[in-house]
Amino acid sequence: MIHLEYVDRPHSVQTVPVVCMHCDSPTCAEVCPADAIKKTADGVVQTARKPRCIACNNCVLACPFGVPKMKTEFKLMMKCDMCYDRTSEGLKPMCATVCPSQALFFGTRVQIESLRPRSTPTNRFQFGGQTITTKVNMMTPRSGRSEYIDVTAAMNERSSGKQMSLNVLMEGMYQEDDNAD
Amino acid sequence: MPINQERVSLPDGGAMEDQPRWRQDFPIDWPQDHFVSRRDFTKFMVLTSLAFTVGQFWILAVNFLRRRNGESPLQQITTMDQLPVGGAKAFAYPAEHDSCVLVRTGENTFVAFSQKCTHLSCAVVPQPERNCFRCPCHEGFFDLTTGEPIAGPPRRRLPKINLEIKGGVIYASGVEERVV
Repeated sequence: MIHLEYVDRPHSVQTVPVVCMHCDSPTCAEVCPADAIKKTADGVVQTARKPRCIACNNCVLACPFGVPKMKTEFKLMMKCDMCYDRTSEGLKPMCATVCPSQALFFGTRVQIESLRPRSTPTNRFQFGGQTITTKVNMMTPRSGRSEYIDVTAAMNERSSGKQMSLNVLMEGMYQEDDNAD
Repeated sequence: MPINQERVSLPDGGAMEDQPRWRQDFPIDWPQDHFVSRRDFTKFMVLTSLAFTVGQFWILAVNFLRRRNGESPLQQITTMDQLPVGGAKAFAYPAEHDSCVLVRTGENTFVAFSQKCTHLSCAVVPQPERNCFRCPCHEGFFDLTTGEPIAGPPRRRLPKINLEIKGGVIYASGVEERVV
């Protein structure tokens, strides 16, 4: 289950799909008091198990990417599980299958690197003092060679569509220059 | 060792051995959690009860195939000419430690009872001349022909051993358990 989020609602109707990043150490599962969120052996973080989930909303508040959503009608947290029913049988996730611009891509690292020669996949994110490594990668400009994407640093930036996403990426690249200034 | 141990990654980046106990008790990773879904549990219950049902029918089928279905085994005790009138012979039936006693009360009348006194399980001694069984522990007496308690502390009858006589040979063929 994925959802769309507005990038800058007052000024634009542009939306961006939010897929789960499938963290190696999932914060949503760390904060779950009912031990309901599980990560399978292949690194996919699943929707909360229905018999265990107590609909407390901790995961919704804790996830740094804002992925889990509370379905109050089911009293259950639901999130993107990489379409586990499909990917466990060799099919691609539905979002990557239907995306017309291939903004969402499901495949190997080699495949995406040959498809996007000017970009490189990054799966390290910095939230203040917390570093998160994920199974899902985000494409960053190859020229930048940023080690990680500093998310909290970008939160103070004025968000305006494409400009914002570029700043998110630039932050890591020119960090040393900023310190020199 | 659980599989995919190398995939387990912890927030402090440390090893699993250094983690507090609760993290091992409540692992996030599915293989280590032994999570049993409701469907798996239901499947287990249905298949287990099915196996029990099939087992009951199997016991029934095997019982029909046996020669003496549902009955106690036949066991030879002695022959008629080896036992004089008024004589008694101890034997074990149906199991090795269930001691019983056979008494020839007349020319063609035989009785057999469990030797275990119904009061405190002492061995009763047949006294054909006084027409009774005597329990030496607390002076209990049972009737020789019926096994009814007639004196002393016992209140219940001795379990009777059913007898079959075929061609001069005496067989024990069953136990008549009588609780009242």
